[in-house]
Amino acid sequence: MSDAAIRATDLSLTFQTNDGPVHALKDVSLEINKGDFVSFIGPSGCGKTTFLRCMADLEHPTSGSITVNGQTAEQARKSRAYGYVFQHAGLYPWRTIGGNIRLPLEIMGYSKADHSDRVARVLSLVDLNGFENKYPWQLSGGMQQRASIARALAFDADILLMDEPFGALDEIVRDHLNEQLLKLWAKAEKTICFVTHSIPEAVYLSTKIVVMSPRPGRISDVIDSPLPKERPLDIRDTPEFLEIAHRVRDGLRAGHSYD
Amino acid sequence: MTKTMPAVIAVLFGLLCFWFLAVAPMNIRVALDQADRAGAEVMPATAVARRDTSVWRLMSDNRAYVRDGYYLDRPRLPTPLQVGREFWKTTGAMVLKGRTWSKRSLIFHGWVTLQSTLWGFLLGTAIGITAAVAIVYARVAEMAIMPWAVISQAVPIVALAPMIIVLTSQVGIDGRGFPKAVISAYLSFFPVLVGMVKGLRSPAVEQLDLLKTYNAQGFQSFMKLRLPASIPYLFTSLKVAIAAALVGAIVGELPTGAIRGLGARILIGDQFGTPLAIWSALFAAAILAGVLVTLLDGIQRLVLRRMGMQA
Repeated sequence: MSDAAIRATDLSLTFQTNDGPVHALKDVSLEINKGDFVSFIGPSGCGKTTFLRCMADLEHPTSGSITVNGQTAEQARKSRAYGYVFQHAGLYPWRTIGGNIRLPLEIMGYSKADHSDRVARVLSLVDLNGFENKYPWQLSGGMQQRASIARALAFDADILLMDEPFGALDEIVRDHLNEQLLKLWAKAEKTICFVTHSIPEAVYLSTKIVVMSPRPGRISDVIDSPLPKERPLDIRDTPEFLEIAHRVRDGLRAGHSYD
Repeated sequence: MTKTMPAVIAVLFGLLCFWFLAVAPMNIRVALDQADRAGAEVMPATAVARRDTSVWRLMSDNRAYVRDGYYLDRPRLPTPLQVGREFWKTTGAMVLKGRTWSKRSLIFHGWVTLQSTLWGFLLGTAIGITAAVAIVYARVAEMAIMPWAVISQAVPIVALAPMIIVLTSQVGIDGRGFPKAVISAYLSFFPVLVGMVKGLRSPAVEQLDLLKTYNAQGFQSFMKLRLPASIPYLFTSLKVAIAAALVGAIVGELPTGAIRGLGARILIGDQFGTPLAIWSALFAAAILAGVLVTLLDGIQRLVLRRMGMQA
C-alpha cells in the first residue's frame, strides 16, 4: 500500500438545485501523504468544505474516486479512520465535557475501563485539564472548540478533518489555538486536513496549502511549505512566510472572477 | 419571584373586584323576582315587563334590592365569597368532619376525575411519543398519521365522548373509568405528538453528521442524541397535555348517567339548578389543573438541572 492518506482522482460533485446544477467540485485530483498538515483555502463556494465532506463520506462524489487510507471513503468512515471537527463545537448540552468526549468511545464500544484514561489524555492535549465535569455552557467558545477537538482525538483515528474550526473565534484566541494545534499535531502524529478562510492561518499551520477557486470548485494551486516543522508565532514576520502568503494570495486572486 | 408578587396580587385583586361588581347586574332580575314573590313593591311590577327592561335601568329604579343580589340562594352569578364558602363546605369542612370520601365531597369527586386524567395522560403520552418516533423515522408514517392526528383534534370532543362511552360498553367494558381515560388520551396525545416530533427533529445537521462520522447505528443516535435533545420539548408538551387530559376526563363525565367526578358535579348542579355547586366544581377543576401543571413544571426543572441544562 502506498503512503497516501487520502488520494482523490478526477473528483467531481454536482448538486442539482432549482436553479440548475451547481458544480461544487470539478475534476479535483490531490494526494495527501500520511503525517501532512494540509490546509484548504479559498473563497466561499469553492468546494473546500464539500471536498472535506467527501473525504468523510458525508457527501458522495458524482464521478471520480477518493480513497482514504487506501479504502473507499465509506469503508474508511465505517472503520472510523478519521475524526471530524465541525465549524461549531456542537457539544451536547446535556453532557459534561468529559461526557462529550466519551460519546464516540461509547458509540464505538471502547471498554469502560479505557474511557477515563483517554478522556484525561485528550483533555491535557487540548489544555483543558480540570474541566471534565463542567458543562459546555460553562466554557468559553474557544474552550468549547478545544473540547470538540479533544472529542475527535479520543479514539484512534489517524486522520483529523477540520472544517473551519476557529472561524467563529477572535484573532487572539485563534492565534493561541493555532499554536496549540501545531503542538498537538507534532505530538499526536496525525494527518490533518484543515479548511480555512484565513491566509495567515493556512500558511502558519500547513505543510501543504491547497488553494481552491469557485464555479466550478477546483484546485488552482498546491504549495508545499518550506517552513520548518517547529514554528513559533513570530515566524509569521519572516520573509519566507510572507512569500508563501503572497503566493497564496495570488492563487486566490487568479481564481476569483470578481463578477 | 418576590419582585413580581405584588403585581400578581394586584391583578388577582382587580379580577376579584370586577367579579364582585358584576354580581349586581347579573343577579338583579333574580333578586327582583324574589322580592316580587315576597310581596314587595318593585319597578316594573311584572316579570314580563322586567324582562324587557335593561339591567342598568332595573338597578337604578330598585336600588334597595341591588344588595339582595349578593345573598341569593340560587344566583345567576355567585359572589366570590359564596363560591369560597361552598368550596370550603365541600372540601375542607368535609375533611374536618371525617367525611372526605363522602359523595358530597369535592375531594372525592376530584380524586375520581384525577384518576381518569392520569390514566388518560399516561395513555396519551405513550401514544404521542410512539407516533412521534414513527413519524420521525418513517416518511410513510408521517403521511399516514399526521393528517389524521390533526383532523382528530377538529372533531368536537363533546360529540365524540358519548360514542366512546357507548362503544366501550358494547365490547363489554363496564364502568366509566376506561372510556374516560380514552377520551382524556384522545385530547392529550396531540400536544405530545407535535412537541416530540419537533423535539426529535431538533438536533442540528452537524450533530447528526457527527454521529455519522462515528458510524453510529440508528438506535444509538436515537438514545444518545434525538431523545435527550427532545426532553425540553417533551416537558412543554406534557404541561399542555395534562391540562387537556383533565378537560377530557371532565367531558367524559358529562354525558348523563355519571354520578361521580367533577364533570358529574357540574352536570348535576346544572340539572338541579344549584349554581354554587357548579362554581365550586369549576374551581376544583381549575385548582387541580394548576396543581398538575405546577407539578410537571417542578419535575421539568429538576430533570433539566440533572441533565446539566440551564432551566
